[in-house]
Amino acid sequence: MSHKSYLTDYKRVAGLGVAKSGVGHWTAQRVSAMALLPLTVLFLYTFIGALGGSYEDALATYQRPYPAVVALLLMLVMFRHLRLGLQVVIEDYVSDHKAQMRAQILNMLTWRTLAIVGIFAIAKIAFSA
Amino acid sequence: MADIERGSRPLSPHLSIYRPQMSSVMSIMHRLTGVALALAAILIVWWFAALATGPAYFDFVNGVMTSWLGLLVLTGLLWAFWYHFFNGIRHLRWDTGAGLGLGEAMRSGWAVIVLSVVMTIVTLVLAV
Repeated sequence: MSHKSYLTDYKRVAGLGVAKSGVGHWTAQRVSAMALLPLTVLFLYTFIGALGGSYEDALATYQRPYPAVVALLLMLVMFRHLRLGLQVVIEDYVSDHKAQMRAQILNMLTWRTLAIVGIFAIAKIAFSA
Repeated sequence: MADIERGSRPLSPHLSIYRPQMSSVMSIMHRLTGVALALAAILIVWWFAALATGPAYFDFVNGVMTSWLGLLVLTGLLWAFWYHFFNGIRHLRWDTGAGLGLGEAMRSGWAVIVLSVVMTIVTLVLAV
């Protein structure tokens, strides 16, 4: 990333550009991407050990604080990155305006809901120790 | 009446007249792997929800995911992850303005392809 700001002086003063947003999405996509580099690798490390094992072993793994916190952080950052990415895919490929709006609303709701389901499940497991 | 033939002209980006190139194919693959990884995210949440529910449902979900079909899908998603991971680093580097030369972009492209396959195999070996 360059040391220069991606916001223009006017946008910094007024707070909104002509599209009302844009740089915020671009930055959030890249910041979440960078956060996911260590997070996904750390998560994969505990997950491939627990996947396919016994219920007791999987439970024991995610009752430990470090795997649980990594999994919780993954839910927050992964679903944000996924939502932002799919938003652009929908913008690019859904040309009908009504279908575009429906798909965008569905995109906003689905991944936030799944993130909450994941966070709830991991918290329940972690606190069941 | 300059716009009279607007409807019959080919529309940008004229994908059909371009010969596929490494840069364009890898760009499309970055999108496709990103969309595919949505399935991985759903499966991860499903697995955690099952683990939070109880032993009977966990054994069912864990069994589905480690069946031969489940493992085949997970292996595909694992490659999609490593591809998106390394190509994502390539994109982040491009965002700084570095590595955009034709030769450099070709070399980093091949590095992404090789690393994604190698890391998929390494992860599978570690998982077994």
